[in-house]
Amino acid sequence: MLKELMIPRRLVMIAIVLGLAIWSAYALRWDWLGTPKYQALIWTGIWNTFWILIVTMVIGMALAIPLGLAQAVGPWYLAAPASIFCSIIRGTPLLLQLWLLYYGIGTFFPSIPWIRDSSLWPILRQAWPYAVVALSLSVAGYEGEVMRGAFKGVPHGQLEAAKAMGMPRFTMFRRIWLPQALHRVLPTLGGETVLQLKATPLVATITVIDIYAVAGRVRQDTFIVYEPLLLLAVVYMAITGLIVLLFRWFESRFPSRVA
Amino acid sequence: MLGFEAFGASTLPLLAYSPPGWGATLLAGLWNSVQIAVGAFGLGILIGMGGAFGKLYGGPVLKDLLAIYTTVVRAVPELVLILILYFAVTDAVNQMLLSFGYSRIQISGVAAGIAVLGVVQGAYATEVLRGAILSVPSGQIEAARSMGMPPLLLARRITLPLMMAAAVPGLANLWLVATKDTALLAVVGFAELTQATRQAAGTTKAFFTFFMAAGVLYLILSLVSTLIFSRIERWARRGQRTMGR
Repeated sequence: MLKELMIPRRLVMIAIVLGLAIWSAYALRWDWLGTPKYQALIWTGIWNTFWILIVTMVIGMALAIPLGLAQAVGPWYLAAPASIFCSIIRGTPLLLQLWLLYYGIGTFFPSIPWIRDSSLWPILRQAWPYAVVALSLSVAGYEGEVMRGAFKGVPHGQLEAAKAMGMPRFTMFRRIWLPQALHRVLPTLGGETVLQLKATPLVATITVIDIYAVAGRVRQDTFIVYEPLLLLAVVYMAITGLIVLLFRWFESRFPSRVA
Repeated sequence: MLGFEAFGASTLPLLAYSPPGWGATLLAGLWNSVQIAVGAFGLGILIGMGGAFGKLYGGPVLKDLLAIYTTVVRAVPELVLILILYFAVTDAVNQMLLSFGYSRIQISGVAAGIAVLGVVQGAYATEVLRGAILSVPSGQIEAARSMGMPPLLLARRITLPLMMAAAVPGLANLWLVATKDTALLAVVGFAELTQATRQAAGTTKAFFTFFMAAGVLYLILSLVSTLIFSRIERWARRGQRTMGR
């Protein structure tokens, strides 16, 4: 890795990038980074982006497994709804789904007395549950399709062997089918996680304070146009780098032997 | 269940085509969305073609620069890129105009949207087309070269027709992404379908009805384009042996 960077033309490029970084550090306005108010906001924003990403990926994958299974081997009355759900999620913009949930269904809740009186109301009044639901359903829709292929891709002989050993159906699913299907999607999962990270700033449009919302706030308060956006780009690239490294480590733990 | 009234049926007349219905506004938004998507997709393919050939046959510096372009664009959220490029592009154009002694101009939303989304699409298209070019058997290209075919003729007669079949599924996906990414321009306040819907819904308070209606429009768009692309793929694969099934 380091050796690849030590070629003359790449050294020149690194020098140019460093020069640009130093120039922007001195020529642009970064004083707002020093104020404790914005520092606290930035950390809250990064934290919110992180947990929304992780929680929605986990919930989405958990939903994607039954969706994929229903489409791969389910009877038609399960397969048809699952595939319609996936088409709808994949056929409409996430921003629209988010706004449908938040403005459409969210403004409808207060008019129902028993929801208003329930103990869930303080949660439903906030924006983040809608963000989590919309982003999770989006993962479920896209990954459901991927899992369908993965379940179908597990060699038939594996399942027949398990059946021949007298394995009960659920054990067979848990021990043979699901692990092999998950193994197959592992290489694509890193890319999907990056895509999901890139979808998280949408939650800022429904007042959730993620890092994108924080940058918007800074721009509004200080009338600085580019610097907060540059910070955003750097933060997202750093998180993307982290995700890529994490999944590379993951894949090296479970080396792929399926052709 | 008092709420069900606000939920659906009674607000349906608001979707009528002529005022007081908002149907015309939604359809105008859809037309804007489609225009931007077509423009961005086209620009993306142009950039992608250049990028793919550059990545495969370009010099080492060009290859590195293209790698940086595709990596950065694919790592930073479209929403952030749209804001950066939108401000940067309008700023740069105006600076240039001012320095030449002209007055500032307002760049049209459609043009800015096409430029911004086109740059984003270009990065993905580069990867799709690069993969497609690699799928062309190298013997074909070598044969053409040994016949003394000049590079442009080779691209037009050999590489492009042969890579079509492999490129179409990826490009179809990109087109769907383009139609959905136009919704992000709502955040910069451009009157495409999602923004028009929000306007209509905000004015009439019939949020659910309007967002559902817009969802149906997007869905129809995506279903129709899937159909068209599967036709195109069949056409691009004509004469190829089909996988035994």
